Amino acid sequence: MTFVPKPKLSHPELPKNSLGLTRRDYEGAVSTLCAGCGHDSISAAIIRAFFELDLPPHRIAKLSGIGCSSKTPTYFLGRAHGFNSVHGRMPAVATGANLANRELVYIGVSGDGDSASIGLGQFAHAMRRDVNMVYIVENNGVYGLTKGQFSATADVGAKSKRGVTNTESSIDLAAMALVLGASFVARSFSGDKAQLVPLIKAAVLHRGAAFIDCISPCVAFNNHAGSTKSYDYVREHNEAVDSLDVIIGREEITADYEPGTVETVVLHDGSTLRLRKLAPDYNVHDRVAALAHIQDRERAGEIATGLLYVGPESKDLHENLNTVAAPLASLSDAELCPGEAALETLNAALR
Amino acid sequence: MQPTDIRNPDYFHKVVDCQWACPAHTAVPEYIRMVAGRRYADAYMLNWQSNVFPGILGRTCDRPCEPACRRGRVEKEPVAICRLKRVAADYKGDIRNRLPRAPAHRNGKRVALVGGGPASLTVARDLAPEGYELVLFDTAARAGGMIRSQIPKFRLPEQVIDEEVGYILDLGVKTELGTTITSMKSLLAENYDAIFVGCGAPRGRDLDLPGRHAAPGQIHLGLDWLASVAFGHVKEIGRRVIVLGGGNTAMDCCRSARRLGGVEVSVVVRSGFTEMKASPWEKEEAMEEGIPILNFLVPKEFRVDDGALKGVLFEKVAAQYDANGRRRLVPTGEPEVMMPCDDVLIAVGQENAFPWIERDIGITFDRWDMPIVDETTMQSTHPRVFFGGDAAFGAKNIIWAVAHGHEAAISIDLLCRGEDIAKRPPPLVNLVSQKMGIHEWSYDNVVSDDLRYRVPHREHEVALSDIAVEVELGFDEETAFAEAERCFNCDVQTVFTDRLCIECDACTDICPTDCITFTANGEEPELRRRLAAPAHDIDQALYVSGGLKTGRVMVKDENLCLHCSLCAERCPTGAWDMQRFLLEPALAGHGCSHRPEKRAA
Ligand SMILES: Cc1cc2nc3c(=O)[nH]c(=O)nc-3n(C[C@H](O)[C@H](O)[C@H](O)COP(=O)(O)OP(=O)(O)OC[C@H]3O[C@@H](n4cnc5c(N)ncnc54)[C@H](O)[C@@H]3O)c2cc1C
Ligand SMILES: Cc1ncc(C[n+]2csc(CCOP(=O)(O)OP(=O)(O)O)c2C)c(N)n1
Ligand code: SF4
Ligand code: SF4
Ligand code: SF4
Ligand SMILES: [Mg+2]
Repeated sequence: MTFVPKPKLSHPELPKNSLGLTRRDYEGAVSTLCAGCGHDSISAAIIRAFFELDLPPHRIAKLSGIGCSSKTPTYFLGRAHGFNSVHGRMPAVATGANLANRELVYIGVSGDGDSASIGLGQFAHAMRRDVNMVYIVENNGVYGLTKGQFSATADVGAKSKRGVTNTESSIDLAAMALVLGASFVARSFSGDKAQLVPLIKAAVLHRGAAFIDCISPCVAFNNHAGSTKSYDYVREHNEAVDSLDVIIGREEITADYEPGTVETVVLHDGSTLRLRKLAPDYNVHDRVAALAHIQDRERAGEIATGLLYVGPESKDLHENLNTVAAPLASLSDAELCPGEAALETLNAALR
Repeated sequence: MQPTDIRNPDYFHKVVDCQWACPAHTAVPEYIRMVAGRRYADAYMLNWQSNVFPGILGRTCDRPCEPACRRGRVEKEPVAICRLKRVAADYKGDIRNRLPRAPAHRNGKRVALVGGGPASLTVARDLAPEGYELVLFDTAARAGGMIRSQIPKFRLPEQVIDEEVGYILDLGVKTELGTTITSMKSLLAENYDAIFVGCGAPRGRDLDLPGRHAAPGQIHLGLDWLASVAFGHVKEIGRRVIVLGGGNTAMDCCRSARRLGGVEVSVVVRSGFTEMKASPWEKEEAMEEGIPILNFLVPKEFRVDDGALKGVLFEKVAAQYDANGRRRLVPTGEPEVMMPCDDVLIAVGQENAFPWIERDIGITFDRWDMPIVDETTMQSTHPRVFFGGDAAFGAKNIIWAVAHGHEAAISIDLLCRGEDIAKRPPPLVNLVSQKMGIHEWSYDNVVSDDLRYRVPHREHEVALSDIAVEVELGFDEETAFAEAERCFNCDVQTVFTDRLCIECDACTDICPTDCITFTANGEEPELRRRLAAPAHDIDQALYVSGGLKTGRVMVKDENLCLHCSLCAERCPTGAWDMQRFLLEPALAGHGCSHRPEKRAA
């Protein structure tokens, strides 16, 4: 653990975004995770993505459960709202927060233990309700915080640090998210920021539940030979289906591509996702094909990464429930408590 | 790019910007840490070893290290390197028992030193403990050269000069003071094993204008006038004084004049304020003492009436730049300006003069009438005659005189041992890990956010009333500590071991100044454009690793590294380590000529 504060001094030519902030303004406290933990790289990618999106930090809410991964919101976006909840309960808290105030940008950070074991039910419902949020699972195949027990995402045949082989079948959270109805599903790797940063940006811009399963090696307990979540293993077996550029706002698109090699997705706010296809004939809008592709690659011992599926942007939870648009905290007493007469009318309607 | 060869001592030496920029290569961050640790005597001795005059230089050095200091590139101002040196001198206590002593047995070699300035004194300091018999000649009654004769006492008190010159003379140096050498030929005939010429650049440049010699009591050459002030021959000056010139001498002239009765003292320069040769801090201090600096005025005539100076006539000019960016001063056509005054001090430059060196004795002079001197060995075309300080390549400053003195001493030592003087002894280099525990280093790696501290000054009324009262009070210990903490410890190097790296990005992610990039290798100019942050200062090296597992390389731009150790702290495998690089430049003797050619770092 690093005890010294990160120096405030920075590169004098550090770029500023349209808010006049530098990337450093999106940082949090110095990480207390093990040196080299993949989770720290994901934090760095989140910092970069939010900086590049020109989002004001105080309009962001970060939520998490329990685990090393769930500790990371302390290490990014120090000026944002944060809620570190109970083990596996981030989705419930995020759903509630979102219901109370739809104006904030929600990012939930969880672990494979947090989301695939204790919180599996919570995860499922956030996906099927299509809560407008970014949901990142920092997936290392172990319970890092409790010293490296296999988690539910550990692959069959993977060896633990002590040499024990995992025999229980693994949960593929990206595949589950597809099945459960998430409208944006991606997989990435903490060691590949060129892929991860645009995915996070796209996930933020996408309306609805945007799920990223991010493989994130645990250097302390799951980075040895025999692990299928180590830096070396993931680098060797990483097969991206596409490579993503995010064009924010209505910027001119200038680059030329061979016809059929680029897929363009226009989002509700006019931003554009430009996907360069790496797997031939991959259709990012076909949920069933995406699922088949993931499982096909898994059978071949490879890991499918990239933007795996993006559906039509959802009517989110609020539209489905027809909730009030204003944040609850901004409602007046009279609006919140319309009085006896109103109650009477309501009761009468139910008789 | 090829992987960086960190075994070449120059590589890490260059990273220590201040030490690299110091002509004598003083180990700056090492002494700054000693000051922070209140080890003032140690800090003093480290300085004394390399720059010989810590107390003097801590007040007067031209400080080429400060513009080079890395801190000045990351925030507004560099570390107050120079004034921390003074702190070491101020608080060191009695260090006399740590000084070398004159050896009981001489080695039988005799060396003559012409001039008793810092260059000659350095040669003496380096050679005396080795058993050389040194004979120092100076016209002046006391040794010290221009340190004593030119630099005003309000910047450098006499007792500091006496102390540090004394340390050297006490090594058994024979002095022939009040003695001017008038013939090199005769000196050579005295069969010295070597002669060192450290006679400085003694002549003030004059201004050949109408009226120049019409009022001799009121128009003075700055250099001569300062010497007369220093030796107490001149004790006052008129009310209104004009100083012509914009260099260090002009600044000392005007501030001295303010202390000797000058009330309306102005400095007038031909070109622009920003182009003046004086250091920014000198100009600032002069202006703070109520001395205006007027620019773009070319003196035309000294107006003298009946042998009495009335004033100086100036032509107004403006700077014009031609297509090549070369500057010319052209008259603006405005009416000339007459500035009334009682005295004028001419401080428009300094010249060398060697009237006492015959031109037929094997010492060749070039077409500017300067001796031909080898820049490394300081040897002239006469094998036994060496030059250094202002006499070698024209007027510079004390720290260059010291640096020349060290090199000349090495050459003389090698010559007297019958060795090849072109084979220079290597520096002593040492590279040691600073790791004490998992996240513990043997240096203070917390980076201070403090801005540069100002050295307190004496209040104007007192300072301006007596020319012998020192203006600067020096840092107190507390401020010195805070200022010392601003140093980044650039000598604690980031050392990278490529075979240990697992490319987890932890170092890139944590680095506060975006120094580190993992990327495909390439040619330097192209590679520089692909780094995490702009890296266009090509004087600052890129540290490039060997190939990593993914085929990429680690590239670190040394330019803005804060040496904060966070890369090493966040590295899971110890691929990064913080190692202190200590470089002691070679000195004469100390067995230096027996050191192996190049010691690997
Ligand atoms: C006004 C002024 C202010 C300065 N301020 C600074 C400053 O703040 N910081 C700084 O770093 N530098 C300063 N300098 C420059 C610095 O003083 C010189 O660069 C430095 O002293 C040069 O050292 P030196 O050993 O070459 O010779 P000098 O110091 O010039 O000494 C030469 C000595 O040789 C003697 N000599 C000459 N010819 C003979 C002879 N034939 N026989 C016997 N003796 C002889 C002279 O009497 C003199 O004592 C200043 C210079 C001036 C003029
Ligand atoms: C209700 C509850 N049960 C069990 C735990 C113990 N516990 C803490 S973290 C953790 C697993 C975390 O694993 P994961 O979410 O993968 O996070 P990682 O540390 O691997 O990033 C468990 C089981 C707990 N804190 N709370
Ligand atoms: S135990 Fe594993 S997951 Fe937790 S901080 Fe350490 S490396 Fe990261
Ligand atoms: S920060 Fe310290 S070590 Fe670095 S250049 Fe400045 S004085 Fe030298
Ligand atoms: S020591 Fe390391 S982390 Fe700190 S500035 Fe230098 S390269 Fe960056
Ligand atoms: Mg985990």
